[in-house]
Amino acid sequence: MSWLVAAPVVLPLLTAALLFVLQSRSEVQRVLSTTSTAVLVTLSVILLYRVSEGGILVAQFGEWRAPFGISFVADHLSAIMVVVTGVMAVATAVYALRDIDGTREELGYHPLFHVLLAGINGAFLTGDLFNLYVWFEVLLISSFVLLTLGNRREQLEGGIKYVAVNLVSSMIFLGAIGLVYGLTGTLNFADLAVRLPEAPGGLVTVIAMLFLVAFGVKAALFPLFFWLPASYHTPPLAIAALFAGMLTKVGVYALIRVFTLLFVHDVAYTHTILLWISGFTMLIGVLGAAAQSDVRKLLSFHIISQIGYMIMGLALYTPLALLGSIFYIVHNIVAKANLFLIAGIGRRLTGSFDLARMGGLYRGAPFLSVLFLISAFSLAGFPPLSGFWAKLVVVLAGARVEAWPIVAVALLVGLLTLYSMTKVWQAAFWTPLPAGERMQERPSALLYAPAVGLALLTLAMGLWSGPFLALTEAAANELMDPSIYVRAVLGEAAAAAMRGDTP
Amino acid sequence: MNSIILRTASQLLLTILLLFSLFLMLRGHDLPGGGFIGGLVGAAAVALYAIAFGYRAAQAMLRISPRMLVGVGLLAAVAAGFLALLQGQAFLTGQWWIIGLGEGAELKLSSPLLFDIGVYLVVVGTVLTMVFALEER
Repeated sequence: MSWLVAAPVVLPLLTAALLFVLQSRSEVQRVLSTTSTAVLVTLSVILLYRVSEGGILVAQFGEWRAPFGISFVADHLSAIMVVVTGVMAVATAVYALRDIDGTREELGYHPLFHVLLAGINGAFLTGDLFNLYVWFEVLLISSFVLLTLGNRREQLEGGIKYVAVNLVSSMIFLGAIGLVYGLTGTLNFADLAVRLPEAPGGLVTVIAMLFLVAFGVKAALFPLFFWLPASYHTPPLAIAALFAGMLTKVGVYALIRVFTLLFVHDVAYTHTILLWISGFTMLIGVLGAAAQSDVRKLLSFHIISQIGYMIMGLALYTPLALLGSIFYIVHNIVAKANLFLIAGIGRRLTGSFDLARMGGLYRGAPFLSVLFLISAFSLAGFPPLSGFWAKLVVVLAGARVEAWPIVAVALLVGLLTLYSMTKVWQAAFWTPLPAGERMQERPSALLYAPAVGLALLTLAMGLWSGPFLALTEAAANELMDPSIYVRAVLGEAAAAAMRGDTP
Repeated sequence: MNSIILRTASQLLLTILLLFSLFLMLRGHDLPGGGFIGGLVGAAAVALYAIAFGYRAAQAMLRISPRMLVGVGLLAAVAAGFLALLQGQAFLTGQWWIIGLGEGAELKLSSPLLFDIGVYLVVVGTVLTMVFALEER
């Protein structure tokens, strides 16, 4: 059983190793890379199924028991995130078959892609604070190389901003880990959940804020988001889509993990700060998007804005709000990554990413228009698409606790998102192509296939939202009761002691 | 760099540094050292050779590309984790094979050693990839 929990990390690592060895044979590399992502998503779905049937699964590496060894813990949230990673891996691996050129393949695109996947899944599954840092570094380094692969000037410029800001965040993260260790003598999540309540509350709050800054940078929260729109528009779309979908969500995941499991000693203080940040993140993101004319930059700002909703769910800290937050993450990864993929196809058809120079896509590529409509309106929160349910639950959760200001902001930002998507629709799809420009030939079906798959997933999450909501509800309930997590990792005695401490 | 002192010295140092890097790696099981630091010293040895004789000579001496070293190293490290599967144990559980050599001496082989060799190769490969990329400019 423990092998299943480790598989989402071990499989990409093994694949990366084989791909490094097969460096010179790009045909074999492509087949291996795509097949591996298909196996990855299958294993992830099996993992989620097992977790939903039998509860949290734990792997203790090297048979060193927690809290002494490194544990991997697959609860509902982790398993859901791993499945989404698998889906995104398949989609971007297929898209990359036509999107990534020979030079980038030669420079090691395929192995790095799988190292990145290992890093993402490792961060989702680990049950240890320092191990989380290690996976963050793995994904940071591989994503930095992927971002700058190809050595174009703008890529390097974006890459330097990306890596500089993220390194600072890593240092704060590491410093905070040191303080936690000094305070409690442990770094295992479950063990920390037991011991942190005994520590002096003021110090714990300080440490919590350090983690907020560290993960806030990774998640692109206000006011630490500026590296994201500076870098995400530079790499090829297959890479940008994976980044846009997954990387910031790893930060959001880490925030959810620490602010539900570890730092819940003074919710009135810490989560109020989160709530303010979420409001500003939503607003600034959507206002930034309004000023952009490059589709990729516009979408990058929307990433930031949407992160606000996820943090809003976390900040409200009720089962319903967390449910909304997790559903929002899943919905957003699928819809947002798909918009990037669609923008890439649009670029092939019209020859530009600039809204002023795009046009005529509605007439020239009606099918692409349908795909765009589904993802864009889902992002804006139109019923019956997935984004509608995501927004509805988060807003409802806000209304239940009568947090009217944030509810108002959330609704306003929804409207502005709709405005922004309409702007893209009008400029790229309805307006005819500028004089002198011609529609290029049809892009390959391999580019369309992932976009269709993700659009269908968005539709499915909207029309048959029941099973998805049930899964996220189970995840939210687990998060609201940390003793479930503690029992799975450390056993009944520790969980009972913890419940005694915090009635 | 065309310096006869550096050339002569680096030939000597290459051997000593490589031996020392292996020593560091083997020592790392229960004393300071290990695959990572050993790999750095090993990479430094080759880098010194590259400075003295040019990176093409260093590449010719290595025979295989540094990225291949990364791949093989990563494979070895992951394989070390998989050895536990044969015993039905958790990923990365240490496996030991103790071979008696007579007269009370014994050779202890283990999956942590294989893991460390993997780390060594990954570090050498990564550093040399970077060094060669810089030298090519």
